[in-house]
Amino acid sequence: MESSGLSLLTSVLFLPLLGAVVLLFLREEQAGHIKWTAFGFSLATFFGTLLLWLAFDSSASGLQMVQRVDWLPQYGISYYVGVDGLSLLLVVLTGFIMPLAILSSFRSQIFEERGRIRLYYLFMLLLEWAMIGVFVAQDLFLFYIFWEVTLVPMYFLIGIWGAEERIYAAVKFFLYTMAGSILMLLAILFLGSRGGSFALPELIAMVESGALELPFTGLLGAGSVQSFLFLGFFIAFAIKVPVWPLHSWLPDAHVQAPTAGSVILAGVLLKMGTYGLVRFNLPLFPEASVAWAPAIAVLAVIGILYGAWVSYAQTDVKKLVAYSSVSHLGFVVLGIFALNAQGIEGGLLQMVNHGISTGGLFLLVGMLYERRHTKALDAFGGIWKVMPFFGAAGLIVVLSSMGLPGLNGFVGEFTILLGSMGSEVLGFFFTMFAALGIILAAVYMLYMFQKVFMGDVDKEENRNLPRLHWQEIAVLVPILLVILLIGLQPGPFFDTMTATVDDLVADVGEFIPRGEDMVAATALRDSPVLSTGAQGTR
Amino acid sequence: MTDIPVLADLNLAWTWPVVGLGLGATLLLVADLFIPRDRKQRTAWLALAILLVSFLLNLAAFPVVDSAFFGMFVVDPFSAFLNLIALTTAFISILLSVDYLQRSGMQRGEFYALILFTTAGIMLMGHANDLVVVFVSLELLSIPLYILAAFRYPDVKSSESGMKYLVLGAFASAFFVFGAALIYGATGSTSLPHIFEVVARGFAAGGAPELLLLVGTGLVLVGLGFKVAVVPFHMWTPDVYEGAPTPVTAFMSVGAKVGGFAALLRILVFALPVLSTGAVEASAWQQVVSLIAAATLILGNVVAIAQQNVKRLLAYSSIAHAGYIMMALAAAGHAGFGEQATRAALVYMLAYMFTNLGAFAVAIAIEKGDGSGSDLERFVGLGRSRPLLAGIMAFFMLSLTGIPLTAGFIGKWLIFQVTIEAGLVPLAILGVLTSVVSAYYYIGVIVRMFLRDGEGDPAAGGTGLVNGAVYLSFAGTLLPGIFPFLMIDLTRVVSTTLVGG
Repeated sequence: MESSGLSLLTSVLFLPLLGAVVLLFLREEQAGHIKWTAFGFSLATFFGTLLLWLAFDSSASGLQMVQRVDWLPQYGISYYVGVDGLSLLLVVLTGFIMPLAILSSFRSQIFEERGRIRLYYLFMLLLEWAMIGVFVAQDLFLFYIFWEVTLVPMYFLIGIWGAEERIYAAVKFFLYTMAGSILMLLAILFLGSRGGSFALPELIAMVESGALELPFTGLLGAGSVQSFLFLGFFIAFAIKVPVWPLHSWLPDAHVQAPTAGSVILAGVLLKMGTYGLVRFNLPLFPEASVAWAPAIAVLAVIGILYGAWVSYAQTDVKKLVAYSSVSHLGFVVLGIFALNAQGIEGGLLQMVNHGISTGGLFLLVGMLYERRHTKALDAFGGIWKVMPFFGAAGLIVVLSSMGLPGLNGFVGEFTILLGSMGSEVLGFFFTMFAALGIILAAVYMLYMFQKVFMGDVDKEENRNLPRLHWQEIAVLVPILLVILLIGLQPGPFFDTMTATVDDLVADVGEFIPRGEDMVAATALRDSPVLSTGAQGTR
Repeated sequence: MTDIPVLADLNLAWTWPVVGLGLGATLLLVADLFIPRDRKQRTAWLALAILLVSFLLNLAAFPVVDSAFFGMFVVDPFSAFLNLIALTTAFISILLSVDYLQRSGMQRGEFYALILFTTAGIMLMGHANDLVVVFVSLELLSIPLYILAAFRYPDVKSSESGMKYLVLGAFASAFFVFGAALIYGATGSTSLPHIFEVVARGFAAGGAPELLLLVGTGLVLVGLGFKVAVVPFHMWTPDVYEGAPTPVTAFMSVGAKVGGFAALLRILVFALPVLSTGAVEASAWQQVVSLIAAATLILGNVVAIAQQNVKRLLAYSSIAHAGYIMMALAAAGHAGFGEQATRAALVYMLAYMFTNLGAFAVAIAIEKGDGSGSDLERFVGLGRSRPLLAGIMAFFMLSLTGIPLTAGFIGKWLIFQVTIEAGLVPLAILGVLTSVVSAYYYIGVIVRMFLRDGEGDPAAGGTGLVNGAVYLSFAGTLLPGIFPFLMIDLTRVVSTTLVGG
């Protein structure tokens, strides 16, 4: 399994970096070349990620396409990459979103004012490299490097090409996320020093076999090493997700970022947080995960309701979408800390769904902004009549974000609620309040749709908005297709993760205290509600 | 014993990197007399050649362990590594000086000789195996620096800088000498290996160490604390750094610190690791050093936020970085971690050297001929007028923050790791939190260069030599960030065992 040459995964990982290097050799004036080179490399990366999926064996639970090369052997650090059911879809998602984000920037007017086209696409490709790196890294040192490196290009994307308050938003984004991740660094150092290796699979094996003892003596008890390490990782990820109440950087960053920046932020960057929870927190600290699950689920539910509530109150379209992310990602966190197969699989799929539908929403908002130079809800109305295709696309994306059956959002949210209901650590009340969130989502989403798209064209400025350019259509069509594909055929998506998730759940499940509810929970879990392959086989 | 020592007894073979440098500096002073006034750059080329020779000699000496001058002078990988840092610092500083001195009308040959003398002092600090030698090298390091700080004569700020440095430096030396005397009183020797033996014997016997020894160690810590500018002995730093000519500031901010830490490591970690007041696993000085580190981290990083001048900003940032190295020193006080912590400190100093010199090089590029113009506001728009220079400066700022793929990250990584392993978790947490604070002001420089709109400075000081120094520092910051073994492997042979005696 372990190859030392240039593996497919490594090639896919470094393709965007190669593109960034190529861009260095182009001159600023060659705007056309710069754009299409960046697009070409991101598209090639996408095809590379599809090849990974083709080569992926869904029935195996361990890492695949592993490559490991010594880097700093005396410290137990290696270049160690691989994919499994937890990361494959997110790698593909990154590959999918990036060409769209790049294509959507082609006609952006921001460059007329700020210029620096080459730098912009350079940062885009660097960001793609680092994000894929986060999802494939299996060594904690390598992971931390990619994790921190994503900060830098995103900081510049917001700071240079953002809106009026861009500097404040960019600095806040940088400091907030760095504050979280640097605590994770300490936790990583502690683990690596105790275990003698920074390789994640080895550390997990040591935790399982008891070779690496991380005593757990209560949530915040003195000497509860496991609990503190758990928190070190959790806070870093929670800021990234963001979990309420650590979300305050998100609206600023989203609103100020250029369209493509928001798309990437919502589409991929936030998923690094939820991915981290599944990849690191659950398997490394199973006892602490079980103990903390209810508390975190409370935060998640608050986030679901709070995000929805605040969304409804917004008068700025982009801010509305930004707060809806807080709500949607609350579902993902809830699913993960249901600690059963359905919850986690639903959470993983919902990460992809949210990336696609919220990414789509930001693209739509960006297209409106390019035409009207405002994001105020009141400035629009009756847009559907002026731009028919745009209106239809808007409806589908909004419905997908609301979780309408038949579209992608429904599958994820439903599976998560199922998982939360059948969970041995959560249960009815969590599910009930979370389900309220779905209703609220319908409220704010439809409210926005109505204000923007429906009604009469009562503003003079809106009467002659230009129709969509073919490049804009080319950006929206793949998103609409994937929304329908996941909505109607979620099976293949679930298939990729089942084996890995079952394995993970079995490991964590050992630490769940068992009571009488178990029978009911098991019955619920094993009921074949969806043809998703999400049956918890234990 | 009436034998008169002959030259062969001195065992000079491996001392040539230092001795040669001192001789070279003396010869340079003589040679300078014959170089016409308007051709003083030639003195600089000669100085660079001397440094290069010393560098190569030192490379040859790398794995050697030996002692000279009857055990007062020791050659080991520790000193050889520090020599590499000292010589590179001097080399880059001279690259930065040549055009700068010309531009501000103070091109004088003795400048380069003084740099070489100081460098010899820094190197001698690393070689010292005797408290007397530490003192001699401390003075050799300091006195030329006093002159260099005041080199922009008759500028008032520069004179103030030199004067402040001289007065406080003299105080510091006095503290050190008194401390050394007390240690001598307690152990009967100034030789470090001998002191180690006496203290170890006392520890094995189980008795508490003499009060004299503890007070002496404390005073030595105070004296050297001035040199490395840690809280509360840091007061002089911002004024001296701001007033001194910028290449001198660059040199001081790395060189003097490296010399000070060399002596601190030699005395505390090599000679006094088992100085203990009862606790078996920790040295008596560990707690004091931890407190100093914590105070330094907090003050350096917090006060830097308010700075409006790039030299003052880098001054406070250099205080903060001394705090991180102090963290390693604190970890070294834990039994069994001396070696690992020393290595971490060495790697950190190497990374800090390249990054900090690079940042100063960019500051020199935008400074005006009369020494003014180092306001942070002058960085506004540099990303437009000089994209490459600004991009590299941004990279230096990220390295000082400790973002991955830079040398600075590797240094912080190693220091945090050894601090955690040595059980100083609260100190490590403080270290990472102050790193976040530092991100604010380092990012502030990037904000000015790239994010704010402005005309941008043409960076007239960015001559070929200065740019060369920038690129050299950039390579030294980037390459170890990607290939950490470049720095780490050099320190693997470092051992904290004392030689000779």
